[in-house]
Amino acid sequence: MLGRLSWAAIPLDQPLPLYAMGVVGLVILAVLAIVTVKGWWPYLWREWITSVDHKRIGVMYIILGLVMLLRGYSDAIMMRSQQAIAVGNAHGYLPPDHYDQIFSAHGSIMIFFVAMPLVIGLMNFAVPLQLGVRDVAFPTLNSVSFWLTASGALLINMSLVIGSFARTGWMGYPPLSELAFSPDEGVDYYLWSLQISGVGTLLTGVNFVTTILKLRAPGMTYMRMPVFCWTALAANLLIVAAFPILTATFVMLLLDRYLGMHFFTNDAGGNQMMYVNLFWAWGHPEVYILILPAFGVFSEVVATFSGKGLFSYRSMVLATLGICVLSFMVWLHHFFTMGAGSDVNAFFGIMSSIIAVPTGVKVFNWLFTMFRGRIVFKTPMLFTIGFIITFVIGGLTGVLLAVPPVDFVLHNSVFLVAHFHNVIIGGVVFGALAGYNYWFPKAFGFTLDERWGKASFWCWLIGFYLAFMPLYVLGMMGMTRRLQHIPDPSWQPLLLVAELGAVVIFLGVLCQIAQLYVSIRTREQRLDLTGDPWNGRTLEWSTSSPPPAYNFAVLPRVETIDAFWEMKRRGLTLGLTPAEPPYETIEMPRNSPIGFVIAFFAVITGFSLIWQIWWLAILGLLAVAVTMLVFGWSENREREIPAAEIARVERARLGFGRPA
Amino acid sequence: MRNWRYLLRGLVTCTAVLVASCRQTGILDPQGPIAAQEWMLLINSTAIMLVVVIPVILATLGFAWWYRSSNPRASRSADESYEGRLEFVVWSIPALIVILLGGVIWIGSHQLDPRAPIPANAEPLRVDVVALDWKWLFIYPDQGVATVNQLVVPAGTPVHFRLTSATVMNSFFIPQLGSQIYTMGGMTTHLNLLADKPGEYAGFSANFSGDGFAEMRFIAKAVPAGDFEAWVTQARGTGSALDDAGYAALAKPSTAVPPTTYRSVEPKLFDRIIEQTVSGPEKAGVGAAWCPSGSQVGG
Repeated sequence: MLGRLSWAAIPLDQPLPLYAMGVVGLVILAVLAIVTVKGWWPYLWREWITSVDHKRIGVMYIILGLVMLLRGYSDAIMMRSQQAIAVGNAHGYLPPDHYDQIFSAHGSIMIFFVAMPLVIGLMNFAVPLQLGVRDVAFPTLNSVSFWLTASGALLINMSLVIGSFARTGWMGYPPLSELAFSPDEGVDYYLWSLQISGVGTLLTGVNFVTTILKLRAPGMTYMRMPVFCWTALAANLLIVAAFPILTATFVMLLLDRYLGMHFFTNDAGGNQMMYVNLFWAWGHPEVYILILPAFGVFSEVVATFSGKGLFSYRSMVLATLGICVLSFMVWLHHFFTMGAGSDVNAFFGIMSSIIAVPTGVKVFNWLFTMFRGRIVFKTPMLFTIGFIITFVIGGLTGVLLAVPPVDFVLHNSVFLVAHFHNVIIGGVVFGALAGYNYWFPKAFGFTLDERWGKASFWCWLIGFYLAFMPLYVLGMMGMTRRLQHIPDPSWQPLLLVAELGAVVIFLGVLCQIAQLYVSIRTREQRLDLTGDPWNGRTLEWSTSSPPPAYNFAVLPRVETIDAFWEMKRRGLTLGLTPAEPPYETIEMPRNSPIGFVIAFFAVITGFSLIWQIWWLAILGLLAVAVTMLVFGWSENREREIPAAEIARVERARLGFGRPA
Repeated sequence: MRNWRYLLRGLVTCTAVLVASCRQTGILDPQGPIAAQEWMLLINSTAIMLVVVIPVILATLGFAWWYRSSNPRASRSADESYEGRLEFVVWSIPALIVILLGGVIWIGSHQLDPRAPIPANAEPLRVDVVALDWKWLFIYPDQGVATVNQLVVPAGTPVHFRLTSATVMNSFFIPQLGSQIYTMGGMTTHLNLLADKPGEYAGFSANFSGDGFAEMRFIAKAVPAGDFEAWVTQARGTGSALDDAGYAALAKPSTAVPPTTYRSVEPKLFDRIIEQTVSGPEKAGVGAAWCPSGSQVGG
């Protein structure tokens, strides 16, 4: 009846997971209780859960990413502590089977449920505003995407309480992830949560490619799009091209595990390296899916806070597209040590280092944008400067790893771990935090506190260097990754420094929480009434903060890049023009619970597939199908906002009809 | 000011302690030609890139400081965002570096191909390596002996390794001797290494392989050529024989297995491990040991 699920799945005998469960359970209960007592459910349901507004969905993605960051961070600090104390004769507090779950969960969560939601959240929030349009191409689908991602996050966290997670590392290499070596439900948790969120991500890709190609404000040609939109276009093209590879690869592994097939097994003609190739054929583009939008954020921030247009927009676009194409030609550098011939290794080594050219061009362009600018050191700009310095170091070590013979001695070492944290924290996380500080006033109508913001920046920066520079050295001293026990006592001092770094990063996270709290408490003093707190250049700053549901009462006309800057220069912004534009009725999509409902059934389906409760899996899938059919046949999916209503909102904002 | 001086002094002391704690191990202390060349390649590539990276870091800090909005002496340009000649420079600097590195990569990949024999006067010693859960089996096909978790090789003689795995993927790595290579079930990889001097070098698996992974370590002992012959003779006279039953027992998952020698080894064991991994546990007599139902790995 319940497949493999039994009371034994709940780890009552292990104090550590039980303790974690208790804390998480209490927090969730407390939140639910507060929401219920305060009577916020109708509001949440109406305004957020069923919302198809790209801005709301973007905010929910970012909240998901930040919450999961706390989970991923707890895994990180547990690993760092284990490695710092389990040296020589000591064996630490985490037995291998638990430690192995922790680093597997850390990687999977940080990539799929922190970095991806943060990046997709920023794109959701900013891209339609920057394009000067009212929503994405398929708003309801957008809500489905978000809720599927949330389903995946929920499933992966269920493994904390019910059963266990994979002990294979976040890449899930077979044959270790095959039934013969991982017979329990851990790998199934990994596979199904990523499959479900992967569908959501793919739909996001389709949605944004369509939006950027087909929906832009009148006059916004491709070469007038903000650079962030270009990077979003490149990232979403990569999603559309790469995520199906991951889905198909996981389907093959699932067939091996559920139906006894032999795609990747040791025996019967299976080939484990096929998985490894396919995984990285997705995995390397994935790196650029994350970093390209971060590059976009830095491009916007550096231009805005230098008070100057981005240097060489054309090169920036070309470099973005170059990286987009090249990212599919380098996957083999993740396993030079497989024993391929030297021609193959040399080819992929050279292709990988070629990516340094467009990336280098970007760095130079940011530098020349700052050159002769008027630089204002707000938090987003600090993150950008911190990023440039940190990222060139990560780029250097990355190119080193692209030299095959050097990789032969550094592969899988903690040098590699240091490298990719260098580019992911220094690039993606700093980018996401810069974007969060930059667009927060647009989303909520008040700016974030600068003092706490800067404190968080310094903690993140110093913490990063303390945590990961020692790993570079340790990697060269011969420390490989994923060690539950450290054999060489001479590594301990550096591991303690790394632990200290992780603690400093946590201080950065605490500063951010404090920043949010303080900013909300003092929001009355930090209201952004102009809609343009940073003297911005792109169209999102031309509407109010927060923007109305329809974003723009009248779609802006675009004649140059940096359209809003040009409008301000010519005195054409709405507030400044004497004449009131004619308002027309706007048609907007209605809220829809379909995303939430599909996600609900997707969780049930995923959970029952993991535990092999077949009847429930079939019911869940049927329910998903029925939900989609019902939505497909439903009428009346749009609502009209009458012109009079728009006029009322706009007049209140811009002061038309009031004496000057 | 005094506080700053104390802070600085404290930092310097801490750094000195840390630096002192970094023993020269791993790839920092190469003990063979492959490791030495790889280390040189690492240094050279880093140097080539630092030519650009250091100026970029300095320029970032310098520009950020000089063009801060509160600096009255900085000259500004409002909106000059494009300059053709600069754009050319911007593309050519990284392109030149990468062309240079591309040459380094091409030549390095061919010179340091793990399959390439190492030129030396002595005939290479052949060693077959099998990754097991969670220990290493070394078979000396020409000497007819085998060891577990202990690799004994003559110093100054090239060693040709054939490697496979009777379990999940692992990576065979002795950092001080150079290149690592994957060991994969049903497949063979090749690796050539050489130890310059007698000594004991740490070896381990560099690819996560399950719960016993952290203890999957061995010692690579390079001994003078004459001592190697003596060691082989001694090994032939002690220990048990590695036959099918012995292998089946050995292949069962275990950790921290002390170094062992076998006086003889079933001929063709290495090839049969590869074949029988391929043919599946049900049919295999030898390979079956790694997957007895009931006591599965990590189960």
